[in-house]
Amino acid sequence: MQHVISVTVENKPGVLARVSSMFARRDFNIHSLTVGPTEDPKRSRMTVVVDGPEMEQIVKQLYKLIHTLKVVEHVPGEAVEREIMLVRVNAEAQRRGEILDAATIFEAKAVDVGAQTITFEVVGEPSRLADFLEIMKTYGIVSLVKSGRIVLAKDTKSATKKQRKSA
Amino acid sequence: MSEQLTGADILIRALEHEDVEIIFGVPGGAILRAYDSLYDSSIRHVLARHEQGGGHMAAGYAHATGRVGVTFATSGPGATNLITPLADAYMDSIPVVAITGQVGSRSIGLDAFQEAHTWGISMPATKHNYLVTQVDEIASTIREAFHIASTGRPGPVLVDITKDALIGKAPWRGPGQLDLPGYKPSVKGHPRQVTSAIEMILGSQRPVLYAGGGIIRAGASEELLAFATQQNLPVVTTLMARGAIPDSNPLTLGMSGMHGTYTASTAMQRSDLLVTIGARFDDRVTGDPALFAPEAKVIHVDVDPAEIGKIRNADIPIVGDAKAVLGQLIEAGERALEGAPAPERSEWFSTIAAWQRDFPLAYDQQPDRPILQQYVIDELSKRTDADTIVIAGVGQHQMWASQFWGFEKPNTWINSGGLGTMGFAVPAAIGAQAGMPDTTVIAIDGDGCFQMTFQELITAAVEKIPVKIAVMNNANLGMVRQWQKIFYDNRYSATELSSSIPNIVMLAEALGCAGLRAESPEEVVPTIEKALAINDRPVVMEFVCDPDAMVFPMIKAGGSNDEILMGPEDL
Repeated sequence: MQHVISVTVENKPGVLARVSSMFARRDFNIHSLTVGPTEDPKRSRMTVVVDGPEMEQIVKQLYKLIHTLKVVEHVPGEAVEREIMLVRVNAEAQRRGEILDAATIFEAKAVDVGAQTITFEVVGEPSRLADFLEIMKTYGIVSLVKSGRIVLAKDTKSATKKQRKSA
Repeated sequence: MSEQLTGADILIRALEHEDVEIIFGVPGGAILRAYDSLYDSSIRHVLARHEQGGGHMAAGYAHATGRVGVTFATSGPGATNLITPLADAYMDSIPVVAITGQVGSRSIGLDAFQEAHTWGISMPATKHNYLVTQVDEIASTIREAFHIASTGRPGPVLVDITKDALIGKAPWRGPGQLDLPGYKPSVKGHPRQVTSAIEMILGSQRPVLYAGGGIIRAGASEELLAFATQQNLPVVTTLMARGAIPDSNPLTLGMSGMHGTYTASTAMQRSDLLVTIGARFDDRVTGDPALFAPEAKVIHVDVDPAEIGKIRNADIPIVGDAKAVLGQLIEAGERALEGAPAPERSEWFSTIAAWQRDFPLAYDQQPDRPILQQYVIDELSKRTDADTIVIAGVGQHQMWASQFWGFEKPNTWINSGGLGTMGFAVPAAIGAQAGMPDTTVIAIDGDGCFQMTFQELITAAVEKIPVKIAVMNNANLGMVRQWQKIFYDNRYSATELSSSIPNIVMLAEALGCAGLRAESPEEVVPTIEKALAINDRPVVMEFVCDPDAMVFPMIKAGGSNDEILMGPEDL
């Protein structure tokens, strides 16, 4: 089962290494991890997608790190999730039309066109990226890169805060 | 304009502001500037012969005094040699601050001479660590390091400082400020949880108070005794909690687990409630966690929220400092009892008494047989006062020391519990003795452990730190041999040392210590008496022991605590 957590950390050197080292040390499995600045330059936010049955230990171990400020586990449907993907697919001349039609449905943007391939940029919810990939598989995927998920809790009903901060 | 100091001067001044009285360490190129500033300081420096020794000395000092232990090492190999004592202190929650020199910041990453990625290597072995490259970050980093090391769940903190930061100049602006928005250890427990805990305790028929090393760290021994007495709870102490409650108190059942007393292990196994305070359901206590204390509900008090639910689910979790929460529990208990006595639980206590009667800890020292370690430990314990600090290495001697020493006071038992670091005893004893110069400090060590770190006795002799070391020489890596006997069909692969090499008495003399040897039971007491009379230099007592003696009771690793081997006849 996948869980999505947002980890707000102090923007200090090495904090990504601390988080990823802790995951390795405690034998927690990371599916994806993104990190970037936030509205406050002193803070970064990580979005971590974790494989595993339960989150309690992971959340607690994250809080044990001195630079962790806040950990929020997102409830499915109560957060906005986005991912960006670049995918290069085989596109022989005679099939280009149907590929581009499919791409239109997914609002996939052709960002590079070669003699034998088209590269699409797709932005959206992870399930939408998966659906697009499923269709493109029939044409043949040459290469693929994903950004990892970024997530923000919805404004009206914020994600459950399972854990109060304490070290 | 305020006074300009070098980074090294700022470092030493910041340490003085933390009331550091002693540093254990070894100098080298990258930390040379700091040692130059230390030359003018009133802080005592103890020159260890190896950085691992310096690290364990700092930990031993911290164990014995309750203060933060400080160790210095240089970059590269100096820092890597510190990793074992840091990992050891991390497992046992010992407050230590390690300062390491680092190559100049412009050389970092260029494979400079004596460069190692100390920050990265030490990260998983410390509670927190720092790389300081700017002179004006030194004071605040030292303040934070001491704060983190000594608060919440204590632990080691490493501060790696580049050579240019030590050489650079900045004004002294006073001790640094804390800037730790993400670090807020809980102290008080949640009042409603405390009340529920008391209700659960009063409703229990077969409760056991499972006391861990957190009691010692929190200085909560008085509260532990008061609470156990108020609620009439039998108390089991973990290896790390020996001395947390007097062994002479009738409520005390001793240590539980792999080599614990039958009564302590069985009481936990049969209990309907484990009142867990500052303990972490270590595998040496629980055996197979799925088979551990199957009928027990759990109240779990710990300052580290991550310990709660890590191994065993808690019915009532309480996050807080052991001393503070015990204080709350005592208050809530008083309110709930309203002057009435605590439940008698006479059936439970008579069951316990029967186990104590039928399965006591015992040994049988025959006069014409080789010396038993239990006998030596028992005699040492009888001939020293309750303030005596006992340090053990890791192995059979450690288990027997825990079993047969009568502990009456906290901080009198120091050992490597979590990491199980052989070689811990000699340097940790030196650190403890340096911090407690007026107290008798005795290390009980095995010959295998002793040979890992005995060179630190040079430090003890030169620095006039008169520790006493009892080496239980069974010419073997005894605990490993015991496992080979039980689990590997007597195939003693690589566990035999030598009974004659080194000559421990001559070695002790060569290291500047007094050397004594007892080869038969009748020589044990005279040897102890001679050793206790020597106080002007370290003493090494060698006891030539039975290599075939085994530690019992024993619960097989990963087994059920229902299956306790009481002696060789149970194998």
